[in-house]
Amino acid sequence: MSALLQAEGLDLRFGAVRALDGVAISIWPGEVVAIVGESGSGKSSLLRVLAGMQRADAGAVLYRDAAGATHSVLDASDAALRRLMRSDWGFVHQNARDALRMEVSAGGNVGERLMAAGDRHYGHIREVAAHWLERVEMDPARMDESPKNFSGGMQQRLQIARTLVTNPRLVFMDEPTGGLDVSVQARLLDLIRGLVADLGLAVLLVTHDIAAARLLAHRIVVMRHGQVVEEGLTDRVLDDPQHPYTQLLVSSVLAA
Amino acid sequence: MSETSPKPRPLAGYNFGYLDEATKRMIRRALLKAVCIPGHQVPFGAREMPLPYGWGTGGIQVTSAVLGPSDVLKVIDQGADDTTNAVSIRRFFSRVAGVATTESTAEASIIQTRHRIPETPLREGQILVYQVPMPEPLFKLEPRVAESTKLHALADYGLMQVKLYEDIARQGEVGTSYNHPVMVNHRYLMSPSPIPAFDNPKMHMNAGLQLFGAGREKRIYAVPPYTDVRSLDFEDHPFKPVRAPHACAICGSEESYLDEVITDDAGGRMHVCSDTDYCASRPPLEDAP
Repeated sequence: MSALLQAEGLDLRFGAVRALDGVAISIWPGEVVAIVGESGSGKSSLLRVLAGMQRADAGAVLYRDAAGATHSVLDASDAALRRLMRSDWGFVHQNARDALRMEVSAGGNVGERLMAAGDRHYGHIREVAAHWLERVEMDPARMDESPKNFSGGMQQRLQIARTLVTNPRLVFMDEPTGGLDVSVQARLLDLIRGLVADLGLAVLLVTHDIAAARLLAHRIVVMRHGQVVEEGLTDRVLDDPQHPYTQLLVSSVLAA
Repeated sequence: MSETSPKPRPLAGYNFGYLDEATKRMIRRALLKAVCIPGHQVPFGAREMPLPYGWGTGGIQVTSAVLGPSDVLKVIDQGADDTTNAVSIRRFFSRVAGVATTESTAEASIIQTRHRIPETPLREGQILVYQVPMPEPLFKLEPRVAESTKLHALADYGLMQVKLYEDIARQGEVGTSYNHPVMVNHRYLMSPSPIPAFDNPKMHMNAGLQLFGAGREKRIYAVPPYTDVRSLDFEDHPFKPVRAPHACAICGSEESYLDEVITDDAGGRMHVCSDTDYCASRPPLEDAP
């Protein structure tokens, strides 16, 4: 078996700031990898580079599709990237409002990716949308409502439904539980964990929430100042941190 | 009056058809490109014309560029030959080009139109010039011009389908009774200019050449003869051309597109053909007003 997404030697500079400094990372099919680190450590930049939303200054990102063909993400054309984003990938933003169309109903939001992929049967689109609303624990009776009427947690669940409706193989998540209160966070994490296990998704999760990483991730990558300082199985990294920064990070987690 | 008027003498001091030859050549180049890529919007250097934006500045520039001395020009506004816009544009070209004008669809070689396609089918060799206020079909959905250009380049039209989805979800049917977006030649999403949805099927495999000019937005696009033009819809909610369920009060037609005319202050109204030439070519009803 070979890696789904593999990146090597990624460099990215914003002026004098080195957002990424020789980063290498890989993710295998069905695996959940959490990228943790403090604010400004380059987590989100790494995610954006891997998803083709930002060009790196140097390095390579290779994606292997379902047919086994390899795509170089950094050299891909806009058209090829959009095709990947539409069919193979999904991106869950921290702020649901960045991803949702707020003036379009919940059903339309979920259906958009289906229609972009060429589905032209209204009844079928609605059926699939209702099914996905149910899977993210929302009432399908509310599918014609505007997302403006929904709470933050519901908007986030709607975003997840919208992302997963086309059965992506790889989902990028940028702090999916950020900005939500703890009980909603817990439910959302539970939901994501269930979906990921059911669908066999590969997920690349950026978070600064160590508890969320422990719950969801198989593997953890710790970043600091644009470099990967430690990498390993979740329990190993969190229970036996080797790098001083990881030790600091793990010891800073508040016990409830 | 359906016969063609004799050729008038043009005003002295104007180039044939008002625009100078270099400008006409520039417009023709844009037109050629537009015909080669059906439905694709081609930018062009629109000139100031002696009428306000929104009155057909794009249409008359296209007409001026394709007009020749032997052409016979017809101008319609919402189907009618006798409204201000139609009369003044027709008079404009008879003065600055000295071409013959007509109200008959069959006798015209060039028809400039605002918001209608004539009921009489076009034949090969005829040119239909549309006046277009907003050429970009996505402009209400995607405010960034750079982004909508990219969507066209990638043929990424899911967004337009989302709008139709929303219409059906809210109203049970597609709400656009005019300016219903079409796919041209299976490739480009195109605004048909605000013609009624009733006219959309006439664009499909039309024998005539259809040219679209948007003066303020500085865009030209075209549908060559016998091109596939399909109105957007869903498989289970097929596109339905809308027509008022009445017969014309003058000619009794039950096929043509109708205008509703208010006749008094007491709620009196009647439906008449919007295409005046078509209506006049049919025998009037005995009790016609």
